Amino acid sequence: MVENRPLLTFLSHLVLLLGVATVAFPVYVAFIASTQGPNSFMSGVIPMLPGPHMLENYSAMLQSGVSTSGAPPLGPMMFNSLIMALTIAIGKIVISILSAFAIVYFRFPFRTLAFWAIFVTLMLPVEVRILPTFKVVADLGLLNSYAGLSIPLIASATATFLFRQFFLTVPDELTEASRVDGATPMMFFRDILLPLSRTNIAALFVILFIYGWNQYLWPLLITTDPKYYTIVMGIKRMADVADSVPQWNLVMTAVVLAMLPPVLVVIFMQRLFVKGLVETEK
Amino acid sequence: MQTKRTIFGSKTLPYLLLLPQLAITFVFFMWPAAQAGYQSFLQEDAFGLRTTFVGMANYVKLMGDPQYLNSLNVTWIFAISTAALSIGMALVLAVAVDRMLKAGQAYTTLLVWPYAVAPAVAGIMWWFLFNPTIGVFPYLLDMIDYDWNHSLNRVDAMILVVIAASWKQISYNFLFFLAGLQSIPASLSEAAAIDGAGPVKRFFTIVFPLLSPTTFFLLVVNVVYAMFDTFGVIHATTEGGPAQSTNILVYKVYEDGFLSLNLGSSAAQSVILMGIVILLTVIQFRWIERRVEY
Repeated sequence: MVENRPLLTFLSHLVLLLGVATVAFPVYVAFIASTQGPNSFMSGVIPMLPGPHMLENYSAMLQSGVSTSGAPPLGPMMFNSLIMALTIAIGKIVISILSAFAIVYFRFPFRTLAFWAIFVTLMLPVEVRILPTFKVVADLGLLNSYAGLSIPLIASATATFLFRQFFLTVPDELTEASRVDGATPMMFFRDILLPLSRTNIAALFVILFIYGWNQYLWPLLITTDPKYYTIVMGIKRMADVADSVPQWNLVMTAVVLAMLPPVLVVIFMQRLFVKGLVETEK
Repeated sequence: MQTKRTIFGSKTLPYLLLLPQLAITFVFFMWPAAQAGYQSFLQEDAFGLRTTFVGMANYVKLMGDPQYLNSLNVTWIFAISTAALSIGMALVLAVAVDRMLKAGQAYTTLLVWPYAVAPAVAGIMWWFLFNPTIGVFPYLLDMIDYDWNHSLNRVDAMILVVIAASWKQISYNFLFFLAGLQSIPASLSEAAAIDGAGPVKRFFTIVFPLLSPTTFFLLVVNVVYAMFDTFGVIHATTEGGPAQSTNILVYKVYEDGFLSLNLGSSAAQSVILMGIVILLTVIQFRWIERRVEY
């Protein structure tokens, strides 16, 4: 701030409070709706104050789901989402840090080609090659499985770049010292590089966990068995109940539960989250 | 390409290290992409019994297909509106937070969490808020005699998906603008203030021009987001309707390929989309090479 202008400061606070309110409003309404009974949505306007049915709705959704639409309970769906998010996040980090290590610390034929092959994945998001990818997964027998949900999404150019960038800043003296001490490449990787990469790994984990949890199109394509539904894709089925009005109180309960884990991760690991976000875009 | 001065000598180890990443890249990325390219030159008969090579016919047909041209059009409108709305709001909020001495951190926390909400979930929430019978906004709009109905009105449907898609993206843009603003040296604004420039003038002559690399970067990223990551928003709410008014390209590929099983056409659409992503990625990376550093 360059000079003290009370009016401008007041205006900034006003703008920010409005901004925060705009951002929070949909979630507030979703939460309020999740505390209502089924009759609150028949007519008039959405209620704006909490109702008495919160515990009832949440325990009903977690344990039994919306019976009329045949949707499975949310507990198992959240468990599936958790498995998918963790496998994707950990898998991406593991294979990317290994490839970055290979690309930075070795010189071998086709090194540049390997680098570009990884880079190309950036240009081929699932959304643009839906059908052939589905076919590959089906041919491999991975439909309706945790492996099918996570493995095809594990390749990551951004994570590889991030680790490559970071490894290039690690002083050569460390490598020289390890070699003099007779360390093998993998010992150097485990004892020197991994500990140094801790913050980067944590930051990346936060971003990738959110990415994995929020997958929508992919689970939609490859799961037909409700046993493997993830919560983010399952909500749509609940909201879709064709023959009756969607049970908004229950749908919004699912909405709140679907966003709770990743939102908590962002709030409690904000510093790592910001670092991960800014660095993966470089 | 850059390497280390000190390297390890193993011949086979680097290949083993690269193997998992390259195997997944090949099986789940390159092979399907190549398949899409190949499929786009073929046509299946109505019973899926015989496939014939038809050359560019699938592409030619797409270019003459009013539904596809409409989808291109809709995608442009959707992407640009989403990018403009979320970038505009984020810029205002970032400039306001940048003025704060103490409260900045608290406001940042309150503004960044929507990043973690899945596009599909954001879509459902706004779908609910705009529900024509019980929603809050249709109720308010009714007071000014506007009859909101996104399941009948094309413009209403577009506004709904644009709001849902940009709501979630504000936090992302906000963080990048804030980082950009904080990297501008205070001395520049101070010098301008001594020369008598007011806050508004300072913003438009100093701050905004210095933010232009960030703005351009965010424009590209947001267009990519709106074109490819918003499948969930569309699928969870309007499903491309009413009357194709929100049928963006990504949704159309899914609809034609996965639901109507029109393989040739869907493959050709995939190839066109790949072209668009490649173009946008190249733009994004070229910009990074020439990034202005202060």
